[in-house]
Amino acid sequence: MELKEAFAGTLESGDIFIQIAPSKNKGVQIDLDSTVKYQFGSQIKKVITETLQGLGIEDAEIKATDKGALDCTIRARVTAAAVRATGKDVWKD
Amino acid sequence: MSTLKDRMADIQAQAAKMNKQVYKGAENKATTFKKDFQKESPKLVTLEQAIKQSGLKDGMTISFHHHFRGGDKVVNMVVDKLAQMGYKNLRLAASSLQDVHEPLIEHIKNGVITSISTSGMRGKLADAISKGLMKEPVIFRSHGGRGSAIVNGDEHIDVAFIGASSSDALGNACGFSRSENAKSICGSLGYAIPDAQNADKVVILTDDLVAYPNTPASISESYVDYVVEVESVGDSSKIASGAIRDTKNPRDILLAKQAAKVIINGGYFKDGFSIQTGSGGASLAAVKYIRESMIEQGIKASYALGGITAHMVKMFEEGLIEKLIDVQSFDKVAAESIKNNEMHKEASANEYASKDEQGSATHYLDMVILSALEVDVNFNVNVLVGSDGIIRGAIGGHQDTAEDAALSIIVCPLLRGRIPCVVDEVTTLITPGSSVDVIVTEYGIAVNPRRPEIAERLKKAGLNIVDIHDLAKKAKSIIGDADPLPFGDKVVGVVMNRDGSVLDVIKNIEG
Repeated sequence: MELKEAFAGTLESGDIFIQIAPSKNKGVQIDLDSTVKYQFGSQIKKVITETLQGLGIEDAEIKATDKGALDCTIRARVTAAAVRATGKDVWKD
Repeated sequence: MSTLKDRMADIQAQAAKMNKQVYKGAENKATTFKKDFQKESPKLVTLEQAIKQSGLKDGMTISFHHHFRGGDKVVNMVVDKLAQMGYKNLRLAASSLQDVHEPLIEHIKNGVITSISTSGMRGKLADAISKGLMKEPVIFRSHGGRGSAIVNGDEHIDVAFIGASSSDALGNACGFSRSENAKSICGSLGYAIPDAQNADKVVILTDDLVAYPNTPASISESYVDYVVEVESVGDSSKIASGAIRDTKNPRDILLAKQAAKVIINGGYFKDGFSIQTGSGGASLAAVKYIRESMIEQGIKASYALGGITAHMVKMFEEGLIEKLIDVQSFDKVAAESIKNNEMHKEASANEYASKDEQGSATHYLDMVILSALEVDVNFNVNVLVGSDGIIRGAIGGHQDTAEDAALSIIVCPLLRGRIPCVVDEVTTLITPGSSVDVIVTEYGIAVNPRRPEIAERLKKAGLNIVDIHDLAKKAKSIIGDADPLPFGDKVVGVVMNRDGSVLDVIKNIEG
């Protein structure tokens, strides 16, 4: 799927800021900065990857700045960033 | 007839028997006008002179109080000076440390400070120590525990450096100043009083040198060896920084309302009750709701303890609280009140919360509201180490008040962001579950099974009583399973219980 650079989210406590960009490499590459990286780093990466795959995005570069967001928040922010990056509105189309 | 001369042989004989000298006549009288004379007080010296004359040597223990909280200037000033003078291997015994003490990192690296005891620490210093900066583990004590340790010799202080907002040249010192030149105010000097009474040498640093007698004084001249005038001992505007804040957070307000209901319906809300509230936003806010019920029901408190805040001062001035017992003034209003009101009593750490002192105020405390970083299913509480394994708090009076109060109430949200606050086992044990009675969360109130009568009373009042295990499960269901923290093998902190026993250790965190 064709991607533009896009972002969603904030740097507020309990939120996650997702920046998405096209990638030349295969797969989803995630650069994660998180206040809960020790305990939830792998879980956060898993949720991001699964959310993107669910939207049909297999290759992307993600920069995620997490301030302790819950999984539901992460899915929402990743989805919003993906919609902005692809121009494909998953809620309408 | 017997004259002095006649009696001289007997005087000499008596003196010899008592191993004393015979009186040889007085030295010259000081006939200078005494306002001028006091300016020549032999106690009045520079910081460097005070350090030299105190006999401080490498390896000795120096102590500090934290009444200026984030605004403290004394620790950094004195340790900088000690480093300049070439001291090494000193033990730093602080009543607590704050973000502002970050420069200690360099002094630890340079070997000036090699050991620390404190109630807590925050910021970059805490971060570095959590990651293994020091060879010796930091000793963490509660405020009451520190008071006991100073008195019983576990924590021997060689030289105490005490910042005071006013002092005369003889060392009568206060946490406020009655003069027009007042530069700072911190209110109670409660945590410094055991240091003053027990240290081998006591240095008062003040930014307002006032005329003798600066009485009534928090610290009496009889304990003081040196008085040093400095530009500033602390920034009073930062007293209310750190943990103290007036909350507008709707969740904190919800928690505060629930905590107030536990207070009102727990069985101890009777005329003459005593209470302490901790420094968390919710426990401070709870005071407002308790006040309303006191007025409604015509109930008055005999004393409020702490950690005195503007809210408590207001109720005291309204006559709802008979007396304030203040080991630490949490804001400027409280600090001014201790200056102006005789019934607002300054208490030393020992009078406040020592387990060894029968008359300590916590022994007669009915209720306390405290906050927590984490609580676990066995009602154990952690207020010191974050869920990321990094030190970010202080024991404070938590252990002391929770153990002594007839009803101890912990207020904490179920989650802070993705950090669960109700867990299977706390990261570090600070206050044992045997001291904790009630835990208030926004998802319900858990009562320690040791206190079925409290659970009954709260149920009757219509409060939502839940099983603590269900709260832990609920937290886990929202946040998922956490990976274990990457703790190393090095002990970076030792948590003392208030009775002087070792409660837990803190391991270094890697990364």
